[in-house]
Parts: sequence; structure tokens; C-alpha cells
Amino acid sequence: MSTQTAPEQPVATAEPILTVRDLSVDFFVEGEWFPAATGVSYDVHPGEVLAIVGESGSGKSQSSMSLLGLLPTNGRATGSAKLGETELIGLTGAPMRRIRGNEMAVIFQEPMTALNPVYPIGFQIVETLRTHIDMGPAAAKERAIELLTLVEMPDPATRFNSYPHQLSGGQRQRAMIAQSLACDPKLLIADEPTTALDVTVQAEILKLMRDLRNRIDSGIVLITHDMGVVADMADKIIVMRRGEVVESGTAEEIFSRPQHEYTKELLGAVPHLGGVSATEVREGAPAARPEQPAAVTGEPVMIAEDMIIEYPKRGRTPAFRAVDGVSLTIGAGEVVGLVGESGSGKTTIGRAVVGLLPVTGGSLRIDDRDMVGISPKDLRALRKRVGIVFQDPGSSLNPRLPIGESIGEPLYLHTGIKGAELTKKIDVLLDQVELPRSMRNRYPHELSGGQRQRVGIARALSLEPTILVADEPTSALDVSVQANVLELFSELQREHGFACLFISHDLAVVEMLSNRIAVMHHGKLAEIGSTAQVVHHPQDPYTQRLIAAVPVPDPAEQKVRRERRDQLLAEAAAELAAEEQYEVQHRRGPRTEL
Amino acid sequence: MTSQPEPTEQAENAIELKAVEGKSQGKIVRERFFHHRGAIVALVALILVALLSLTSIGFPVFGWYVGGWWQYNPAETMALENAGGTPTLTMPWSEAGFAIGNHPFGQDTIGRDIFARTMKGVQTTMVIMVVVGAVATVIGVLVGALSGFFRGFTDTLLMRITDLFITMPLLVIGAVLGKLVGSASAVPLALVLGAITWTTLARLVRGEFLSLREREFVDAARVAGASNSRIIFKHILPNAMGVIIVTVTLLMSAAILLEAALSYLDFGIKEPTISLGRMISDYQSSFSTRPWLFWWPGMFIITIVLCINFIGDGLRDAFDPRQKRLPSARAMAKATRREHQSSSVATS
Repeated sequence: MSTQTAPEQPVATAEPILTVRDLSVDFFVEGEWFPAATGVSYDVHPGEVLAIVGESGSGKSQSSMSLLGLLPTNGRATGSAKLGETELIGLTGAPMRRIRGNEMAVIFQEPMTALNPVYPIGFQIVETLRTHIDMGPAAAKERAIELLTLVEMPDPATRFNSYPHQLSGGQRQRAMIAQSLACDPKLLIADEPTTALDVTVQAEILKLMRDLRNRIDSGIVLITHDMGVVADMADKIIVMRRGEVVESGTAEEIFSRPQHEYTKELLGAVPHLGGVSATEVREGAPAARPEQPAAVTGEPVMIAEDMIIEYPKRGRTPAFRAVDGVSLTIGAGEVVGLVGESGSGKTTIGRAVVGLLPVTGGSLRIDDRDMVGISPKDLRALRKRVGIVFQDPGSSLNPRLPIGESIGEPLYLHTGIKGAELTKKIDVLLDQVELPRSMRNRYPHELSGGQRQRVGIARALSLEPTILVADEPTSALDVSVQANVLELFSELQREHGFACLFISHDLAVVEMLSNRIAVMHHGKLAEIGSTAQVVHHPQDPYTQRLIAAVPVPDPAEQKVRRERRDQLLAEAAAELAAEEQYEVQHRRGPRTEL
Repeated sequence: MTSQPEPTEQAENAIELKAVEGKSQGKIVRERFFHHRGAIVALVALILVALLSLTSIGFPVFGWYVGGWWQYNPAETMALENAGGTPTLTMPWSEAGFAIGNHPFGQDTIGRDIFARTMKGVQTTMVIMVVVGAVATVIGVLVGALSGFFRGFTDTLLMRITDLFITMPLLVIGAVLGKLVGSASAVPLALVLGAITWTTLARLVRGEFLSLREREFVDAARVAGASNSRIIFKHILPNAMGVIIVTVTLLMSAAILLEAALSYLDFGIKEPTISLGRMISDYQSSFSTRPWLFWWPGMFIITIVLCINFIGDGLRDAFDPRQKRLPSARAMAKATRREHQSSSVATS
């Protein structure tokens, strides 16, 4: 375990701002101290971005939050962390408050919850300023507008008086960054700053952060699980697993010559747009690889023509057209990827396919049944033929039912089998998704995220559906778990030969699995074509922008891509502004996608 | 193909899993409840009160009367043992020392034993509490579940009916209905009280259903082909159990007070049935001369209501997953010391 950062870093020109030595974080669980992070050591120099990479539970967030004294009451930090000359561990009360927001600031993951909804963003920035600096209200306002201009907020003087809900996701994150920069902090901790954002917005925020680090000369600690973001931003990287630093080095070293097994595994598991990583999947699915015709293969199981789906008007909110004139056909045994950003209507299509939402207009035929105005009896019969895997495995399993019962429910309801016969079928399904049979009687809260999603897949497959809708099945999972689940998924797809509508915001994941890709934008189909064609030669300008915005886990390649992306972004700046406007206007839709 | 889950998957939410390792949802709730000291003390006290009242004067079961160990029955009149019927119960710190005597709670003006009467009153109160709880649960859960699940017209209709019940003053409607059904015995009165106190429960259950029906596991059940009734009873209701149990316990304690108030106002229980509220009402005129006639039933009302409120409090804490018990500083320091000891042993 190499916990010491080498002192001969090329970027280490000045004294480090932050020196962390042997930092440990423990949590008090059931009468015992349980380590969340142990022996973490690193330095951060001015103008340097240190990325802390790891999966959930690796202690990356907790070790960083302990620097600010933001651990929960049952947490404890030991070791040493020096900001300049000040020892941070054990610092409380007024001295700690002087440092928070002033010398050290945080950019949180979800700006909607990190900003106070009852105050305008300008007020919140002014508050930070006036807490730490002796400043009149007028001067503070001026400085706040200056900061909003610095983070490239459109129309900063007006936005000063806007409330968080009036801004789009990207603008909110900009406001959050402006607030954290208010007092020129020496150190900025960015905790998954772009995870909650769409890829094109993420690209903009990353560009902003890159520009800022050149201008403000503070050190940045970037906490993230996304190797693409790391490749885009980081100078130095430390990789954490289960509370321990397994490897540290410069970005170049880690990406090109990873030493530790775990780092290699992690990098191997990251889906790589245009390169099809996650090696097992490539080996596992030779038939499904690029040279696929753009046409439908096999008997079509889903035919949508000019499909329109509206959320009915409720009270004073007018009806919202989530899907507008989409035509899409899926052949038997074919995997079609449906890609788009939040609010593009992709989940709506998925829910309509399994009959959870009525189709308003056009036509949708699933397995030779017309879904427009379908009778309850036909719908029940249809449900034998379709399955759905939901995005959040934590919410899609009934917390009061043992998982065996959840898996067996479709079987019980449609075939009426029960008792020993049902148990036998459940065991077979558990075997298929590679879960031990003994888990049958466990409850969802006892399982990890990956295991829960396997249960979700087993349930969806229990009736051998002809068409399966997978609604972002891996976006709530860690990369290495995601790789395992995707591998399992493609294996099952080949074995069972079901057709699949694979919905995701992550182009790299879709690329790995799909024969064809459909790109959604504002409820319309922007582009559809074979996977290779869409990824390598996108025709539609929106698809081009989307593909350019995806960061790839390779610093050298990402540098090239970044330049192209910035060029595209500049071209599309006007259009993007219009889009943010669109997003704000349609924010009141009845269902917001995650 | 590996049949064992990958170690990386296990580590992912290890800290949260550590606290729930190998426990079912019910067991977690039970464990949290048993950690709530107030609730446990209250539960024990309530059980003791119930046992005392049942065993002392006995109770009827389907026409048979199971006798108790107390020598008098509530209706029996006897000669006054002490002048004015003062209690024979004396405390260890008094001159006479500790003694229970023949009439520990005293006697009333015509010589009836107050202990026996109070015990009978406690039984009546408990019957009312249970019946009100049961009736209110059935109506409240049904109304709340239907309006929360179906929304739209059903919801509007049922909620307006609920509003109607809420607007009517509970005491007045209870008094009128109680009079109409013949309030001589406890069960009809309890049925009436249950039929008008379900409103809070219905509203809370509706709210719970409204949020639970949007959860993905309900969609999953629907795609699996589950019917509406299966979704309501098998999938949503068990998840709303926490809210229901907590509300019903609090409702039961409110019902005891409501019955006491009605009986006090002469609208509730009538002679020869005895309830605690009835006793207070009967003896209010002698408050200054024979206070014991008044104190004992009052004390038992307070004890029972307090106990139920504490139990309700404990249940709420146990069912609320967001409420984590914060470890005490002492427990944390102790664990730290233990850790140091074991590490120093290991190094030496």
C-alpha cells in the first residue's frame, strides 16, 4: 500500500495547502468502532486537482468531509490534516467556522438540495461573503454578481434574485460554485460535482472548473467515481477501496501504468465510449458486435408509429407532451438502446411499452397487440409477455417481502403455481442471476445494490418475456458492479433471446449492449441507426454534441476530445441557452425523471 | 459463473449493512422498540394494571364468570369499616405502618368497595380502548387506503365525507349517538366512538398510500400482473403498517379520555355499568369530603393514558427508519478505550 505521495511531483512547485497524514475515520455501529477510512495520506498543492476515486463505501467522501468537521455525530476522525499551519482534526466551534467557507469550501453533489430553496441564490452568496468579510450589503451584492459572472451564469444581475427552483440544473451548480468561491478559498472540495447532471451540462461544468483552476490558484480535491471526469480534470489521483488507499500517483501514471490489481480492475470495468471496454462483454457477445445492419432483424415485437404520450392536465398545469411522434421498431431478439438526457421522454416510452402509461396518439403494437386504448383483460395477457427492470433496485423491491417472494410473484399470478414447485422455479431464477439460493428468504435491505438489481432482473425474466424494458438498470450501481451486471445481462439476453429496449443516459453502456441506438431529444427521436454508425458518425447535431460531451477514461484521448467538445459547445452555445430555458419551462411536468 | 457474490459488491454498503446484518424488518423494529426505555416501562406497567384488574375481581367469558382473588364484588354494599369509609391502605411512613386492610381504596357512602369498583372501571376502560381501536382501524384504513390508492373521484368523495366528520364536534356527536344506541354498556358506546374517531387515521393512511403508490415496487407488482386489491393489501398496506400502529395507539389513549369526558357529562356509561369516568362523575360532589372516591379512578385513567402514549412514542421511534438512535458519548468513549486496550495487548 503506497500511501505516501511522492515529493518529487512535477506540479509540486509551492508548499502544499493541505497535508493529510494518516487520517482515519470510524463510525460507531452497534457498540463498536467500524473503520470507514484508514491511514489516508496526501498533499494538495496550489492550482492542483487531486482526484479521490473509489466506489461507494470506499470512504472517499467521509475522509474529505472529516476535514471540515462535517462527520455525523457517530463518526470520529483521527490522524492529522493540516491546512497551511492549522490542524483541522479536532478543530471545533468558532475556529472551525472561520475556516469553513472561507479558507475551505465545498461543492456538493446535488445543488437542488445544497441550496436553500427559500432564499434567492444571490442572498446565499452574500451571506457567505458577509459572514467572513467585513463588507456592506451593496458591496457584497456587487461582489456576488461579479462571482456569478465569473462562473458564466447567463444574465447574472437578474439571476442574483432567482430562487434555486427557477434555475436549470447546470445553472444551480454554477451558483453553488460561485458561492463556494466567494471568499477565495485556498482549498475547494468538490464532492461528485457533476454526478447529478446530464452529460452535456456536465461537460460545461467541467470546462468551467478547468477554467477556474487556472484563474483562482486554489487546490481542488475532486471526489468522484467517474473515471471519465477524473481523466478530464485530475493532475494527481488516489484510488481508495474499502477505506484504504490502494494506489496514488499522477493521472498519467494511474491511467497508463496502473500498479494495483484493483485499479486495473476498476479501469477495465469502466465502459469506454467508442472503444467498447468491459472486456468480458466484448468476448461474451461476438454476434452482437458492430457490423449490424441498420434495419430491423427478425420478426418485429414492438412497432411504434408516430407515438404520442401525454401526461394529462392536472388542475392548472396543462397537459405535458412527453413523447411526440416517435417511430421505433424492435425485432425479436434485438437490443435497441434508447439514449437521451433527463426529461427527453425515454423512460416514458419504456413505461408505455409495459403498459404502465397509456398511449395518447399514433400507434404502439407490442407482440401484435394494439396498446392504444387496450382493455384491462388484454393488458393482463400482455403482461405475461413483457418485463421491466427498474432503475433503482432499492425502490423497486417491496421492502416487506423476502426477495424470493418478489421474484416468484409474476409466476404465481400468471401461472398459479405455488409451494414447492414455485420454490424450485425461484431457485432456478436465482441460479441464473448468480445469487446463492439461500438468499431466497432475505429482505431487500440486507442486500447490496448489485445483488438487488440481480433480483430485479430475475423477476423481470421469470415469465420468459418476449420483450424486456431495462430502464437505466445500472445507473444506480458502482462501475465494477455495473460491469458484472451488464455482463450477466448480455449473457442472459443471448441465452433467452428476448428483445430488449435498453434505456440509459450513459452512451458508453448502451454502446456495449445494443445492436441499434435511438437518441431522444425533447420527446422526439433525434437519430436512430446502428450502434457503430451513431457512435462514430453521428448525423444529428444534438447527437454529435451528446457524443462529444461524454468524457472517456483516458487523459490523452480526453484532451483531444475536450478540444473538439469545447469547439462544438461554442458553436452550440446559443442553442444550449435555449435548451436550459426549455428545461426550466418544462420543469413542472408531472413526473421528473432522475 | 460464480455462485458466490463478488466481494466488491458486499463491501459497497458495508456500514449500513452491519447494523441490520441477518435481521428481518420486524426484528429491527422490535429491537429498536426494546431499546426505548420509556416504552418498555409503560408496556410493563400497562400489562400489570390489566392483570391486576382481571385477576382481582374476575371477568366474564362467554357467559361464564371467572372468579378473582378479591373478596368483594363491585356492587356489594357493606358496613363502613373506617369512619366515613376512608381507605384502609396505609403507607410505611405513616404512624400505623404499612397495611392493606379490607378496603384499601376506601368505601363510598353506601359502603361499596372502591378497589373492586376501580378494577371494574379499568376493565370497562380497556374494553372501550380495544373496541374503539379496532373499529377506527377498520374504517380509517379502508377509507384512507381507497382514497389514497384510487385518487380522483373516489378520493374527493371519501375525503369530503371525512371532512364532514371532522367538522362535527366529537363530544356532541358522541353524546347524541351514545344516547341513541343505549349507552348502558360499554361495547355499543365504544362502537359509536370508533365510528367517529377514525378521521385522523384515514387522512394519515391516505397520505402514506399516495406516496407509496408512486414507488417502483408498486409498478413492478402491476407489471407482474397483480390486481388492485393485491397491490393494496399485499404490497402497500404492510409498508404503511408503521403509521397505522402508531396512530391507532395514540387514538386509543384519546378514546379513553373521550369516554371519561362523556361519562362525566352523563352521556356515556350509565349505572350499573362502572367506568372510571362514570366514577369520577358520580363522586364529584364529594370531592372535598371523600377525596379518595375521586383520586383512585383518576389515577388509573392517568396511568393508562400515559402508558399508551409512551408505547405509541416508542413505536413511532421504532418504525421511523430516519430516526437513528445517537450513541451516547459514554458508550463511544468506552469502545475507544476497549480498542486501545486490545491494540496495546497486541503490540506487547
